[in-house]
Amino acid sequence: MSELDYLAPPTVEDAVRALAAGGGSAKVLGGGTDLLVQLRAGRIKPGVIVDLKRIPGAIGVREEAGGFVIGAATPGAVIGEHAGLVGAWPGVVEAANLIGSTQVQGRASLAGNLCNASPAADSVPAMIAAGATCLVVGPAGRREIPVEQVAVGPGRTSLAADEFVLEIRLPARPQRSGDAYLRSIPRTEMDIAVVGAGVALTLDAAGTVTAARVALGAVAPTALLVPEAGAAIVGTPLDETALEALDAAARAAARPISDKRGTADYRIKIAGVLARRAAAIAYRRAADQGRGGRA
Amino acid sequence: MSKRHISTTVNGDAAEFLAEPGATLLDALRDELRLTGAKEGCGSGDCGACSVMVDGRLVCACLMLAPEAEGRRIETIEGMAQGGRLHPLQQKFLEHAALQCGFCTPGLLVAAKALLDQNPDPSETEVRYWLAGNLCRCTGYDKVIRAVMDAAADLRQVRRAS
Ligand SMILES: Cc1cc2nc3c(=O)[nH]c(=O)nc-3n(C[C@H](O)[C@H](O)[C@H](O)COP(=O)(O)OP(=O)(O)OC[C@H]3O[C@@H](n4cnc5c(N)ncnc54)[C@H](O)[C@@H]3O)c2cc1C
Ligand code: FES
Ligand code: FES
Repeated sequence: MSELDYLAPPTVEDAVRALAAGGGSAKVLGGGTDLLVQLRAGRIKPGVIVDLKRIPGAIGVREEAGGFVIGAATPGAVIGEHAGLVGAWPGVVEAANLIGSTQVQGRASLAGNLCNASPAADSVPAMIAAGATCLVVGPAGRREIPVEQVAVGPGRTSLAADEFVLEIRLPARPQRSGDAYLRSIPRTEMDIAVVGAGVALTLDAAGTVTAARVALGAVAPTALLVPEAGAAIVGTPLDETALEALDAAARAAARPISDKRGTADYRIKIAGVLARRAAAIAYRRAADQGRGGRA
Repeated sequence: MSKRHISTTVNGDAAEFLAEPGATLLDALRDELRLTGAKEGCGSGDCGACSVMVDGRLVCACLMLAPEAEGRRIETIEGMAQGGRLHPLQQKFLEHAALQCGFCTPGLLVAAKALLDQNPDPSETEVRYWLAGNLCRCTGYDKVIRAVMDAAADLRQVRRAS
């Protein structure tokens, strides 16, 4: 622990420089709710910790071009207090707010949840379903990539050691759209998802699904975007036949492991069930929104 | 790596301390500032015994590095009683016997106060969910919940009267 350094750069450029200087031994710090646990357990031994929270905009939500920009280190509690975001992307917000306790909500960020790259990270399927992107910065400049391209395996991301996520971006929500996230845990709070399912969909005036994205968590080494599951409900009024097709597509995509939280068979079954239920909630939200109400 | 000099505000007063870059805020509060109310139950964010407020947000002091506290406003259990007068939550914890060993109590009080400061009239369910990150091995939680509900009712009455 004694050789550890801590830096809180005031600008993006300083942060990139600090990461580059640290080489592979630098670690980005958001809310620290994963990082400090790993540090304490001796699972990581960084030479330098680069805290993003002093970078202007790192904490906060702003509306831009009808969509939302969420600063990399914005904690769940701040996300849950943003009425515009809650109204537009309730599924993403409910997923973010499921993370940990009230205390953890005071710190835990979406970017940290994403870059920690746990297959069970709650906000990730919701963000993928919503079509969220992230702005990645590094020595070569900035690039915007879909959230599903960040994690490449448990604990591993596609980001270079001197890159970090500066912003999470949610698109403008189309009219008559809704999203939802559900997870299955053995108790009601403070546990890791056995399965998670995020759904975002758009309806036409008649209530037919015109677009849908379905993502699953904890059933593969990374969260999965399941295009077949989305396709299964497009063109339908989300009737029982469509829900069954969705259920089957979700089950077919799931390739989980068995562990103490659940067997592979159980996870596969629950993936279908949660995808159905999340789709039903998203549908209701989209329909309510079409009527001018709010789910 | 040499120790850092950190300037903060703790319970309304300027507070300065030295900390290793890898030390937690909890280490600094307990070992440098000698504020031993916040406890280390787990050191991994699970038990809430280390709950403190940082810039008005409830956090686990064990999950924050001490240097992160630079310029921040920190509130701990030591600042809860005012001039020797217990906060209504503290009083109700005593009346309802909402503690046995007391290890979890500072964290529960800080967390409960954070709730009542923003929601003066929480339902029992809201209280239980809010406090889900505060573990207690002794009380079985029921008395804790009663004490918080009772304190909330008292505080509402005080607010109405003033
Ligand atoms: C008690 C407890 C309960 C929890 N419950 C849940 C839960 O229910 N569901 C769940 O999904 N998770 C849970 N977690 C895990 C954790 O809280 C989340 O993953 C959280 O979102 C991490 O965010 P953070 O800002 O704290 O990340 P940090 O700990 O700061 O960082 C996590 C990792 O991501 C990297 N990183 C952080 N920000 C960036 C960035 N902007 N760019 C690049 N890399 C970055 C860090 O280097 C680190 O490797 C829990 C943790 C605790 C302690
Ligand atoms: S000691 Fe911080 S949560 Fe247990
Ligand atoms: S009173 Fe002993 S842990 Fe709560």
